[in-house]
Amino acid sequence: MINYILSALIILSCGYAFFSGGVDSLSNAVITSGSSAVSLMLTILGSMATWGGVMRLAQASGLTDKITMLIKPFLKIVFRGLDSSSNAFKAIAMNIAANIFGLGNAATPLGIEAMRALEKEENCGNVASRNMLLLTVFNTSSIEIIPTTVATLRLAHGSNSPLDILPCVLLVSVASLTVSILCVYIFDTKNSARRKNKE
Amino acid sequence: MNLSSLVIPLFVLIVFVYCICKKVDIFGEFVKGAKDNILIGFDILPSLVALMLAVEMFKASGAMTAITELISPLTEKIGLPGECVPLALMRPVSGSGALSILDGILESHSPDSYIGRVASVLLGSTETTFYTIAVYFGATKVGKTRHALPSALAGDFTAFILSALSVRLLLGG
Repeated sequence: MINYILSALIILSCGYAFFSGGVDSLSNAVITSGSSAVSLMLTILGSMATWGGVMRLAQASGLTDKITMLIKPFLKIVFRGLDSSSNAFKAIAMNIAANIFGLGNAATPLGIEAMRALEKEENCGNVASRNMLLLTVFNTSSIEIIPTTVATLRLAHGSNSPLDILPCVLLVSVASLTVSILCVYIFDTKNSARRKNKE
Repeated sequence: MNLSSLVIPLFVLIVFVYCICKKVDIFGEFVKGAKDNILIGFDILPSLVALMLAVEMFKASGAMTAITELISPLTEKIGLPGECVPLALMRPVSGSGALSILDGILESHSPDSYIGRVASVLLGSTETTFYTIAVYFGATKVGKTRHALPSALAGDFTAFILSALSVRLLLGG
């Protein structure tokens, strides 16, 4: 997919520039884009490192485990029908806690572990179970409490208060996650109702 | 003093105090975490270079402005500024691509402007949906992902609309 997007963007750009006469700036873009990418990475790399350090401390001290305990009651409501003492449930709770802290490199292995545990425990064969879908939408929604990369980029471009967007980010994150969860449930009941009718 | 400026120092303080209580090897663990993320940064860099090439060419050719002007009357009905449309389209597909576009938006519009804020909220409240679904289901033998993608995209679409609405309501545009 990414191959199509890259090629489409580049073909479209060349085509448009040839017709509109913007070839000079197009040529400059090819030459400078690499260093733009490197300088963008340098802008965020430092704060990524700082935050990686702080979040590693949160993990090592057991602070993320505390959050895991705190979110468990809520997860019991969302992941209905899943045994809360199962390995799948534990991995899901840890995955979501890691996401809240923005620990991407810890969250992904935990999420994959949770998916595999769900596959085994729910015995769903080739078809995704509802709990698998729920775990997936938890990860396709951003639930990170402090969007550090965005804040760094805002500061680098001269923002007076890079974190003033925080309430908006939290509100939008929660709302979009809620919509995704509702969609998983709504389409799920539709499917099972149809199946019952057939029977 | 801005209240949101308290969030980060307070969080760092809690983490460090908690680490002292739990007798964590603070320096050792911090350095490990910092190294992890530096390595991730270098891992991302090549794909950032590729996406930046495409995005910069798209901007420089004038095609981005043309498409933005074409779509913006439609999206402005739901309150999303046309400048944020390329970001919204790129966001579910590529994290590096979205970051390149946000960088461009913050450069041409102030980060404290309405457009700058909406773009920031949009990036901060969404994820790389397609990639995540591919990784999560790729780890299992599940072939039928059912309504995983539509549900996730419904969430993304909600985020696009609400990022504009929330900035207008909470930050006054």
